[in-house]
Amino acid sequence: MDDIKKAVLDYVRKEYLEEDDDRELTETTPLISGGIVDSFSMVSLKRFLEKKYAIQIPDAEASPEAFDTVNNIVALVDRFRKA
Amino acid sequence: MSYSEKCRETYVTEIQGIQEAGIFKEERYIHAPQSADIVVEFPPGAPLKKVINMCANNYLGLSSHPEVIKAAHAGLDCRGYGMSSVRFICGTQDIHRKLESRLTEFLGTEDTLLFPSCMDANAGVFEALLTDKDVMIADRLVHASIVDGMRLCKAMPDTYKHSDMGHLEEKLQEHQDKRFRMVITDGVFSMDGDLAKLDEIVALAEKYDAMVLVDDSHASGFIGKTGRGTHEHCGVVGRIDVITTTLGKALGGASGGCVSGRRELVEICRQRARPYLFSNTVAPVIVAGALKVLELISETTERRDKLEWNTKYWRGLLKDAGFDVKEGESPIVPVMLYNAKLAQDVARGLYVEGIYAVGFFFPVVPKGAARIRTQLSAAHNKEHLDKAIEAFIKVGTKHNILGKGKKEIIEMYGM
Repeated sequence: MDDIKKAVLDYVRKEYLEEDDDRELTETTPLISGGIVDSFSMVSLKRFLEKKYAIQIPDAEASPEAFDTVNNIVALVDRFRKA
Repeated sequence: MSYSEKCRETYVTEIQGIQEAGIFKEERYIHAPQSADIVVEFPPGAPLKKVINMCANNYLGLSSHPEVIKAAHAGLDCRGYGMSSVRFICGTQDIHRKLESRLTEFLGTEDTLLFPSCMDANAGVFEALLTDKDVMIADRLVHASIVDGMRLCKAMPDTYKHSDMGHLEEKLQEHQDKRFRMVITDGVFSMDGDLAKLDEIVALAEKYDAMVLVDDSHASGFIGKTGRGTHEHCGVVGRIDVITTTLGKALGGASGGCVSGRRELVEICRQRARPYLFSNTVAPVIVAGALKVLELISETTERRDKLEWNTKYWRGLLKDAGFDVKEGESPIVPVMLYNAKLAQDVARGLYVEGIYAVGFFFPVVPKGAARIRTQLSAAHNKEHLDKAIEAFIKVGTKHNILGKGKKEIIEMYGM
């Protein structure tokens, strides 16, 4: 779980934050509701997770709530890995 | 009754929330044609006040030009008030086709299709051209109308960090499995006023087999040596596959927009774009006015040259006074204030001093990035700008923001 957390945090930092953005990003930082990841960017995040963890996330599950924090994302990945 | 008390209360609460958050927008009533000097009623019922307008998209000062107005009158007399039709039924006049041809020549493309607005052009173009086998790769700061248009399209949406060519290249590499790739950007970004790196975007698009679409609404008429747009400025005329732009800013300021570009892409829009198929044709009076605008700006570059001078002068004045100004070359000059309430207070203060400029804050710009977006016009003279900077300095001093950067302003006022 910690590996997934770190991988997702690293991806979000690299993909969505500018180099000079010194905002603190933790596993509970609101990503969607905080304006860091928009609805289009969610699509690329979903694709990253599916590719990296060899899972399929149904579109119905890819909600802003499910993607709003790294903790939520890790829980989602874990659920579909076990499925 | 369908509009229940529960419905009403929900919306009343929402409106109150907007007011309490300090982001409620109020209209000011202008009792004059659009120009550098206007007469305003604000708040409603207040005595009329003469102010200098620093926030119109009237870049070339043609919104109330006597020759444009005369040509519009002639258009009304010759071709009537309205067509009462969409284009393909009985809404196409000879002057529509003439305007499309003139725009094609002006923009250096193969064909052009008019829309009721560029908002409509952007709403229709993606869905008409792309399918679920394709991908749209947009700059993260594209205009809201492009975001809306992308949402209507079944192609996969993706984004790249603002003007980050390295990130764009990664995305183009990632999406080589798609049928078509389309890179989407504004030519001049409407909130920050910076220009897209179109030469680099086109080079990447050609390398990775992608189409390029540019919304040049804040550039057509005045960016580039002869005002053709960002593509002229970047030396890539003829290499942009689709340009969308508006007639509602520099090119007359009334309404209307267009899709211009590769012949086949424009033809597909004519056959399939929903706003074109289902919305009323551009009124003859608008077409006549726009034809005159194109004639005027093709004859001479004096207006865009004056705008360029005004822009350099105004940027210099703001910087010398100690305002935090986003760097750039376009006549969109944001004065950064970061805090939404501060932006509104500064705008109100400027209005008292006779300067009409509006605060921009979330959701129009990201949270914590509030600003006064000033816009230059060829209708401004040096005297207008000298008076404006006096007002800005007075209000800036009152709020203690001169010589302060982002960190200090946020420390004083919060995000």
